Amino acid sequence: MAEVDYSTLKKGGFMRQKQKDNFSLRLAVVGGTLTAENLKKIAEVAEKYGDGHVHLTSRQGVEIPFIKLQDIDEVKEELAKGDCKPGVCGPRVRTVTACQGNQICPSGNIDTYDIAQKLNDRYFGRELPHKFKFGVTGCQNNCLKAEENDVGIKGALDVKWKQEACINCGLCAKVCRSNAITIEDGKVVVDYDKCNYCGRCVKSCPTDAWDAESAYLVSFGGTFGNAISKGEYPLPLITSEEQLFRVTDAAIQFFDDYANPSERFKFTLDRVGREEFYKRLKEAYNG
Amino acid sequence: MGDFQIDDTVDITDVVCPVTFVKAKVALEELDDGQILAIRMNDGEPVQNVPRSIKEEGHQILKLNANEDGTYTLIVKKVEEE
Ligand code: HEM
Ligand code: SF4
Ligand code: SF4
Ligand code: SF4
Repeated sequence: MAEVDYSTLKKGGFMRQKQKDNFSLRLAVVGGTLTAENLKKIAEVAEKYGDGHVHLTSRQGVEIPFIKLQDIDEVKEELAKGDCKPGVCGPRVRTVTACQGNQICPSGNIDTYDIAQKLNDRYFGRELPHKFKFGVTGCQNNCLKAEENDVGIKGALDVKWKQEACINCGLCAKVCRSNAITIEDGKVVVDYDKCNYCGRCVKSCPTDAWDAESAYLVSFGGTFGNAISKGEYPLPLITSEEQLFRVTDAAIQFFDDYANPSERFKFTLDRVGREEFYKRLKEAYNG
Repeated sequence: MGDFQIDDTVDITDVVCPVTFVKAKVALEELDDGQILAIRMNDGEPVQNVPRSIKEEGHQILKLNANEDGTYTLIVKKVEEE
């Protein structure tokens, strides 16, 4: 048999199994979303070329195990017919994960899938000193666990009370878990030092007496494998998509410029020092 | 509470989420468009979630009254879907 270039295979999403000449094929999935067409093709390939099962990975990936070495090219062609693309492994930008976000979930503050697709278009597969993970969660409920990623994005609502529509029911103050709302003489006052932009006040308000704009809170340097550390939030609220991508560009570039090979973002930040990184982030934040 | 003509009352302090919402919803279903329901509920999870679910179902919340015993009474006007 011809020489097998494992690193090329890995780049194309083929993970070597413990069983000789068997590979678990990782597929590209963005924001945890696949079409029914994708799924049919995956099922077909798993039955024909694998052993009839698929594995759902911890980061919303799909792997088809027991693909034989000699079938690899055929499997790729077959999957392409169902619009399925191979995923990636190794030192590059990995699957961008996302919860369902505001297109489906009543609690969502942002369109997570849209953001995940845009991040994917911008960065997916980009070669870096080590793996790099993005996750997008729609609100403070954090179903997608943003802070375990190198860059975690959390949907927020920038809230402002509108006096004219308020019927003074008091619900907003009741539902605020940060105790940021007080009602004095019929006026709703938000203490923005306490507010975490969860948006519960807006979503509960019976008369929509709030101006609410989608916004983002972004964490950096999370890792949840051998070392466990949650990402930190050095920036204030990010209020536009443009500002968001300026900040993510700055973060990934910093990693590219300063990381040693096989060093995760958190350890680069620990080694180089966070002040320099936070300074760059603030510059990107301010534009 | 005198400002509103209450047509029916339901007490959901004897159940926990998500049955709280189900009980309130069933009570609302028995009313006609424009009639007003008073829902007595506990502090905590019910008051944090039930009003919002009712709003998302399209009904109109008129008021939330804090009762002396620590419960709340939500005044809701039924809005029938077209
Ligand atoms: C032990 C008894 C019951 C249990 C554990 C139960 C549980 C549930 C649960 C978990 C849901 C889903 C709620 C959600 O989507 O958040 C539901 C929905 C529902 N239940 Fe029950 N239920 C019970 C009895 C009843 C009874 C007796 C009725 C009617 C008389 C009823 C009427 C409904 C209705 C109308 C819904 C739909 C609510 C919706 O549209 O969201 N349930 N129930
Ligand atoms: S994180 Fe928020 S928006 Fe996303 S699924 Fe959970 S509750 Fe919904
Ligand atoms: S957004 Fe959340 S934390 Fe801020 S005031 Fe509203 S309920 Fe409170
Ligand atoms: S929930 Fe809305 S209507 Fe009720 S007090 Fe707050 S802002 Fe006013």
